[in-house]
Amino acid sequence: MGTLSGKQETSSNSNFMLEVREITKKFGDLVANDKVDFTIGAGEIHALLGENGAGKSTLVKMLYGSLQPNSGKIVWKGKPVQISSPSAARHLGIGMVFQHFSLFDSLSVADNIALSLDGEFTSREIAEKAQELSHSYGLPLNPDSIVGDLSVGERQRVEIVRCLLQNPDLIILDEPTSVLTPQEADNLFVTLERLKSEGRSILYISHRLDEVRRLCDRATVLRHGKVVGECDPSKETASSLANMMVGGEVEDIKRQSGNARGEEKLLVLKDISLAAATPFAMALKNISLEMYAGQLLGIAGVAGNGQSEFFDLISGEITIPDNEKITMRGQPVGELDINDRRKLGAAFVPEERLGHSAVPDLTLSENLLLARHASDNYAYTGLGPVQYIRKDALLQATKRISEAMDVRKSGDNPAASSLSGGNLQKFIMGRELDRQPSIMVVNQPTWGVDAGAAARVRQALIDLARSGSCVVVISQDLDEIFEISDVISVMSDGHLSEPIDAEKITREEIGLLMGGMADDEAGVANAH
Amino acid sequence: MNIEMTEAILLTVFTAATPLLLAALGELVTERSGVLNLGVEGMMIMGAVAGFAFAQMTGNAYLGAIGGVVVGTLFSLSFAFLAITLVTNQVATGLALTILGLGVSGLWGESYIGLAGVRMETIVIPFLSEIPIIGRPLFAQDAIFYVSIALVIGISYFLFKTRAGLILRSVGDNHGSAHALGISVTKVRYLAVMFGGACSGLAGAHLSLVYTPQWVENMTAGRGWIALALVVFASWRPMRVIAGAYLFGAVGIAQLHIQALGYDIPSQLLSSLPYIATIVVLVIISRNRRLTLINTPASLGKGFVPDR
Repeated sequence: MGTLSGKQETSSNSNFMLEVREITKKFGDLVANDKVDFTIGAGEIHALLGENGAGKSTLVKMLYGSLQPNSGKIVWKGKPVQISSPSAARHLGIGMVFQHFSLFDSLSVADNIALSLDGEFTSREIAEKAQELSHSYGLPLNPDSIVGDLSVGERQRVEIVRCLLQNPDLIILDEPTSVLTPQEADNLFVTLERLKSEGRSILYISHRLDEVRRLCDRATVLRHGKVVGECDPSKETASSLANMMVGGEVEDIKRQSGNARGEEKLLVLKDISLAAATPFAMALKNISLEMYAGQLLGIAGVAGNGQSEFFDLISGEITIPDNEKITMRGQPVGELDINDRRKLGAAFVPEERLGHSAVPDLTLSENLLLARHASDNYAYTGLGPVQYIRKDALLQATKRISEAMDVRKSGDNPAASSLSGGNLQKFIMGRELDRQPSIMVVNQPTWGVDAGAAARVRQALIDLARSGSCVVVISQDLDEIFEISDVISVMSDGHLSEPIDAEKITREEIGLLMGGMADDEAGVANAH
Repeated sequence: MNIEMTEAILLTVFTAATPLLLAALGELVTERSGVLNLGVEGMMIMGAVAGFAFAQMTGNAYLGAIGGVVVGTLFSLSFAFLAITLVTNQVATGLALTILGLGVSGLWGESYIGLAGVRMETIVIPFLSEIPIIGRPLFAQDAIFYVSIALVIGISYFLFKTRAGLILRSVGDNHGSAHALGISVTKVRYLAVMFGGACSGLAGAHLSLVYTPQWVENMTAGRGWIALALVVFASWRPMRVIAGAYLFGAVGIAQLHIQALGYDIPSQLLSSLPYIATIVVLVIISRNRRLTLINTPASLGKGFVPDR
């Protein structure tokens, strides 16, 4: 393990912009933050690392005044302070860029910015200031556009500009790059470096360890609500940082190289276009795809470029009148609904775990039945048309799946909502894998899932492909895409690029495709 | 049709539409904050009985109207406490408010049945009221009518031109984000519900002080539900509420005239016209999804529990 510096700074050191001393926050019996200590200097980019549920968000919410600590103190520029509300935090000079953007879809950019400014400005003044500022930091924005119409990258710009307009001394960024293309992320880093050079401090929360190593001056690592280490990330490797976060070795993914592609075409889409169903949705344009047995396709792209529409199209959530345009194992399925497609051996895991993949208030076994009542009706229901539910068989299957995927839960059959995100995802993946599907389509398999669970999910997907199924993984995580895919496509503005062998494409080329560069231009880049 | 008759019909249409307009404006503000209060009918009937009672007691129709506003507001507070503070289901709570209002008003108003009410006088605006056709219907009206017109303009300005209006809309669009920015979702929603109660109370008082100056049990006769439909019909825009209110008011008046003229059209069909019109409008506006989504308060009807 790398350099874990154990040196204690004294609180009299006034060089610190912010000092957090022994902060504790409890939710009932759960101790979300246990005597957390850390400091940020002026002009420092400080990383906060930790798995999901390690307590990062809780800590940050206390710094931004939306939660109050049970004990401990916060020292701001040498003075102990009580941060009683977000507005108090803004007055001190603490600004925040949220992970799940705290924007209002139906309002204009200028209105969104106006809402976070406490002063009385006319919206014209705000629009002008916002435009001026956004140009000076290279974050172009049109103040009159409606936020609901913006791309995710643009929304983040709104968040950042909104934060900068308050002229903060400390800027908290929660997972800022998780929704950006590599190029957009690079632009963000330039902006952050500039803010740093102006003497502002930045608290940077990210799962992406490469970024942290590249950008951050210091890092504090949280595990189970406690600080377990502080280090200089540039002197660590990504895997040593990951081990510090997880508190043990993360298993490496095993993947045999070489082409395991079979002869049979399992999933074929022929030139499908689909109009956008809502103003915030994306139209699909001329989608074609041929997937062979044993192939694992990774679809990269920034969220909101048509991935969810594409997923719905394959899963049967959206059906198309032209039955022949989608075939699964040679059968036309365009008009078939989800259950009919499942009966053909397909399996689907949508992006949203609670509310889409699983009903939060129902137990795991009930959720299992909901997904598989049609495809496995003989196994789980009895008495013919009565469809009497065979509880024993369901409980047994729940147990089998939980063991196979190492799902950690309280009790044998708890409600889906009581599981952590990672464990629920493992269960949902297990629920589908348990059927040995010949076609598996997964949207964002490891979004918000901690490193250990993510490794397990990825390994399971690779194993399924190796056993002769075709697997489609839609992900925003480029590392994941490269780790597991045989072939890679990029979804951009409703287009799906031609799949390219994973070993023949670089991150830069994918980045260009994600940014919406046409295939032929990327092809030129490929020729170099 | 001669000028006098046109004037008379327009006057009755505007008078019939005023309670719809007021109640719908109040509900519009409430719904813009993300709260669905189905208790409009209940708050209106409470306003009607209170307006009548206070006018009887004081002999002054204006004090009666103020009484209607106060009672409507207080009545809406019970909804606010349940639906906002205790985060009960808004639909169920609103329905309960309507049933409660109908019951309580019947009890309170029992001794007023058959009494002659105090009529609010007409305020004739010089010169303007002499304009042919529209002069009398628009400028020789009661004070509540003028208030309703002022409210349309005021609410439009408030919602789209002021910071407070922006805050209200932001809470209705995404209460989680509003909370994260330090806006008090609870406070905004309480105020919006109370404003809705005040408007419904005034709408009810209009019925018992202007439209038919007497107390009759259940005298709102479903106008609260029409007002609710009207908000959707207007896609949460004040200026469209005024158009819709006069349209629905005209339908109500046409119903009377058609029957008086002896046409053989079932009255049930005519009284269902506002609802049919709302359905038609819903079908039409939902074709333009962008406008609907941008106008519809996205967190409408969802309770807000801050994480603590």
